[in-house]
Amino acid sequence: MKCDMCDKPAMVHEVVIQNGNKMELHLCAEHAAAKGYILPTVPVTQILKQFVATGKSLKAQKAAARCCEACGLTFAEFRQTGRFGCAACYDAFMPSVAAIIERAQSGAVSHRGRTPKRIEGQADRAAVRRQLIKEIEAAVAAEQYERAASLQGRLHQLGGTKNPPTEPTA
Amino acid sequence: MNDQNDFNLNNDNDVVVSVRIRVARNLAGFPFTGRASDSQRQEVLQMVTHAPLGAEFPDGLAWVNMIQASAQERQLLVERHLVSKHFAQSTLPRALGLGHSEQLGVMVNEEDHLRIQSILPGFRLNEAFDLARSFDQALEETIDFAFHQRWGYLTACPTNVGCGIRLGAMLHLPALRYSGEIERVKRAAKDLHLAVRGYYGEGTDAIGNFYQVSNQVTLGATEEELLQHFRDEVIPKLIDYERTARQMLLEKNRPLIEDKVYRARATLKVARLLGAEEATKLLSTLRFGISSGLLHNLSIETVEQLLLQVQPAHLAQMDPFAAEEEKGRLSRAILVRRALGDYAEGNPEI
Repeated sequence: MKCDMCDKPAMVHEVVIQNGNKMELHLCAEHAAAKGYILPTVPVTQILKQFVATGKSLKAQKAAARCCEACGLTFAEFRQTGRFGCAACYDAFMPSVAAIIERAQSGAVSHRGRTPKRIEGQADRAAVRRQLIKEIEAAVAAEQYERAASLQGRLHQLGGTKNPPTEPTA
Repeated sequence: MNDQNDFNLNNDNDVVVSVRIRVARNLAGFPFTGRASDSQRQEVLQMVTHAPLGAEFPDGLAWVNMIQASAQERQLLVERHLVSKHFAQSTLPRALGLGHSEQLGVMVNEEDHLRIQSILPGFRLNEAFDLARSFDQALEETIDFAFHQRWGYLTACPTNVGCGIRLGAMLHLPALRYSGEIERVKRAAKDLHLAVRGYYGEGTDAIGNFYQVSNQVTLGATEEELLQHFRDEVIPKLIDYERTARQMLLEKNRPLIEDKVYRARATLKVARLLGAEEATKLLSTLRFGISSGLLHNLSIETVEQLLLQVQPAHLAQMDPFAAEEEKGRLSRAILVRRALGDYAEGNPEI
């Protein structure tokens, strides 16, 4: 669309009410500036980001504001960089973390590889169990039975030391 | 695979240029590199570079302080695939440890505190795996790594958690490229959760039809299962695709392939000025010619060596004047002519 005052493309579009009449206004950058309109000088990507942010639900905004107490990283920062700040972020941003990892890891729900010999000061097994139980319940409620079964398998592995399978007697 | 005697088979090096195992680890108790303070990064550096490594590594590693390294030295390391471009260009306190004749490289303060890499020529995945693992375990004797009961080894990027291990192979896939099948292979690889990248890794071009293929899934399987899948299924399948495509091309369009290969050889033997990218592409074609049985008096090893020597930092290392682009082109052409002259089937003075 062209500017109302010249042939340049219009950058500012406004609907104004003048003397009770509705009027559309289309102005190029120069004429808009002359009339006192402030043109956006921020990059388009930033505008879009802001738009997306404000377009989010309250729940999503709350999630974005969540913060890792250990390193101060917010979930919004993580979404921007795709990188966590520290080991504690993995627990701070549950359950979003589980969804992100499972998607990236082709549906895998937990580690099956090697465990370091020295794991003092690391994540608490009981907390992991509690979290898994929560997720199993949520998966069943959402009728994601395959995922629930996979999580259940992991829970059994973790609980193995508590209820060891009985040895068949010879 | 050994029934295809037409091809020069040595560790499947007609297709597999090299393999790489990369293990990501972070030290417990420190924020990841991107979030750590400079003093914490220094502390990580100190801990890793001074850690005792035990009997497996009696001489320890040779450490390169990346802050002190010149731009040319850093570029040299990129060309050898020992560091990522990101690591070479970073301004953070960081170091590279080298051992086992450069087959082992350890980046400290990359995106993760530690990126342990072992790179071996040919399809020697088991050896590379064992080397990276033995270093990982040697460090783990004295250093606690960030570990989570559910997610395994923790990494800055959540897509690397679990075993934290990436198995990679640099593949030479000219026939798949010439036949236009490479896009189909790439799509299939994506479905199999594999990453297909260019010559220098993420975001780089597949110059000379060299592709880096690596696993993307690092969670939900043991290290051995990941290795087995990659070694016994993924890579053999890709090798097979490429070999089939080569045979098809030679059967259906032999003159075209011969033309490409012999033109490449002729150009390399007579060119007076050669750019790095042009030389890489032409040498890649020679590599294809050798493994397809079209060139006999030249070895893949010679071409591999040249592929490295023609890169700008390597060239400048041998000939300081070659750091200037125009002189580099001259110097590169001389280097290639000399190397190929020894093997020339015609007149070496051409």
